[in-house]
Amino acid sequence: MATETTAPVTGPAHERPSDSALAAGLDALETPITNPRPSFLVQVWRSAWPVLSALVAIVVVWQIAYMLELKPPYALPSPADTWQTFLSTVEDGTAWLAMSTSVRRAAVGFLLSVVVGVAIGTALAASPLLRRAFGPIITGLQSLPSVAWVPAAVIWFGLTDATMYAVVLLGAVPSIVNGLLAGTDQVPPLFLRVGQVLGARGWTRIRYVLLPAALPGFLGGLKQGWAFAWRSLMAAELITVAIGGGLGQLLDTGRSLSDMSLVIVSIFLIFLVGIAIELIVFSPLERAVLNSRGLTGQTSNTGRRK
Amino acid sequence: MTTTATAAGGPGTLGAPAAVAARLTDVTQHFGEASRPPVLEHIDLTVQPGEFVCLLGASGCGKSTLLSLIAGLDQPVSGQVEVTGGRPALMFQEPALYPWLSAGANVELALRLRGVPRKERKAEAQRLLSLVRLDGAAPKRVHELSGGMRQRVALARALAQEGDLLLMDEPFAALDAITRDVLHEELTRIWSETGRAVIFVTHNVREAVRLGQRVVLLSSRPGRVVREWRIDIPQPRRIEDADVSALSAEITEHLREEIARHGH
Repeated sequence: MATETTAPVTGPAHERPSDSALAAGLDALETPITNPRPSFLVQVWRSAWPVLSALVAIVVVWQIAYMLELKPPYALPSPADTWQTFLSTVEDGTAWLAMSTSVRRAAVGFLLSVVVGVAIGTALAASPLLRRAFGPIITGLQSLPSVAWVPAAVIWFGLTDATMYAVVLLGAVPSIVNGLLAGTDQVPPLFLRVGQVLGARGWTRIRYVLLPAALPGFLGGLKQGWAFAWRSLMAAELITVAIGGGLGQLLDTGRSLSDMSLVIVSIFLIFLVGIAIELIVFSPLERAVLNSRGLTGQTSNTGRRK
Repeated sequence: MTTTATAAGGPGTLGAPAAVAARLTDVTQHFGEASRPPVLEHIDLTVQPGEFVCLLGASGCGKSTLLSLIAGLDQPVSGQVEVTGGRPALMFQEPALYPWLSAGANVELALRLRGVPRKERKAEAQRLLSLVRLDGAAPKRVHELSGGMRQRVALARALAQEGDLLLMDEPFAALDAITRDVLHEELTRIWSETGRAVIFVTHNVREAVRLGQRVVLLSSRPGRVVREWRIDIPQPRRIEDADVSALSAEITEHLREEIARHGH
């Protein structure tokens, strides 16, 4: 037996697996295993319960502060009174009207900003000279509160929605441009080289290589752009109350009536819209992009991938 | 078993001059300005249509620079680079597949950029993927594939380009030995099925002898053609075959001499 096993195995007794069988075996062994995703409800609950607990904690602290009368009741109403104000603004439609007016303005302004921001961002990404010229100015604009533009916008456009859009644009465009630029900067050079080898030139290079490769960074810029758009709009609405409508005006009404519960309700609604847009629009978008590129840790790679 | 040709080219170059896949004539290339030391110097190299040539050299021999020149990504400082049969395809050590596209869509993108009409792309991509034995992989995302599978998708994408010349820059260097063996077999089969000329850069002597019809040894700093071997061992070869090993040992000696010259 021993002599048989040490003899060179060349005979028909040992058959070499075929190339395709070997390849199939390797593919099967080395294919990363994808973990099953938990069900939708489980996912929602997992992310919701800590947030809900925190909200409950905040209301409890508020209630205690109210009972200790840290401020007189007209300045610090109880959570229950504020809830009543909230219900009445919802019932008489003021909440809905203000919210829909503001969201419509923000959405239109934001979409305009995306168009303008993508155009400027693509131009700067494509031309190093343009970028050296305008890049620092755009970064500077990003740190300039866009409320500073409100007087100028009022002088140019009067008390119209155009003023709102101008302020939103000036707030959101720099973030979107910088997001796009950050996204293109992070594109691995090898991707660009492959595009060159495949014959992508000019517009096809931008359309099929640069923009999709820059998408994750660009989404970050969009998200920040939205946040800036929303803030700018609230500031503009608060300052130019005469234009009317919107959550900013609701807030101002609360202030002029010294109705603290209306002020709190307005702040709450502004906050709610910000969170809702994040949860409904940006989080799913970001998750979809990262998932499709295998960047979320949903897969555990068993093989090497040097 | 083997014949050694000292001049660039080897038997066959004396034929019709038009019938070459690629021809480099006295090519010199520098990194940056011409005042800097050359990366490649006086390179003469002719590749016949359908020929499989392996370029072998240590670090600093300018192998990747040479491929960039042939691919038309860079222009040489002096000398001429001629390529016939369309834009050459170039494969890298990394698969460099686009992670925002499925495996099939990666191949289809190459077809689209080459101008293949939309209706034909899907079927053609399927055909190329089954050529690299990845029939069911078209809808898979890049991160769902193993390293070897990714490199095969990259091969399918390279084959989707119209060029008659396939340039490969150490494409299997990051893979483990068994996967590399399998891919050697796949590449040999695909090469003989498609009839493309291949220029395969590697620092692995056995790999060069296993795959090539001709092995060209380059010196380092600057890269020059030192010597070349015509390999007549019939395919299918295996990397562990005795005659592959014997020739590898011989070539390795020369490679070592080349490297040792730089120690002084």
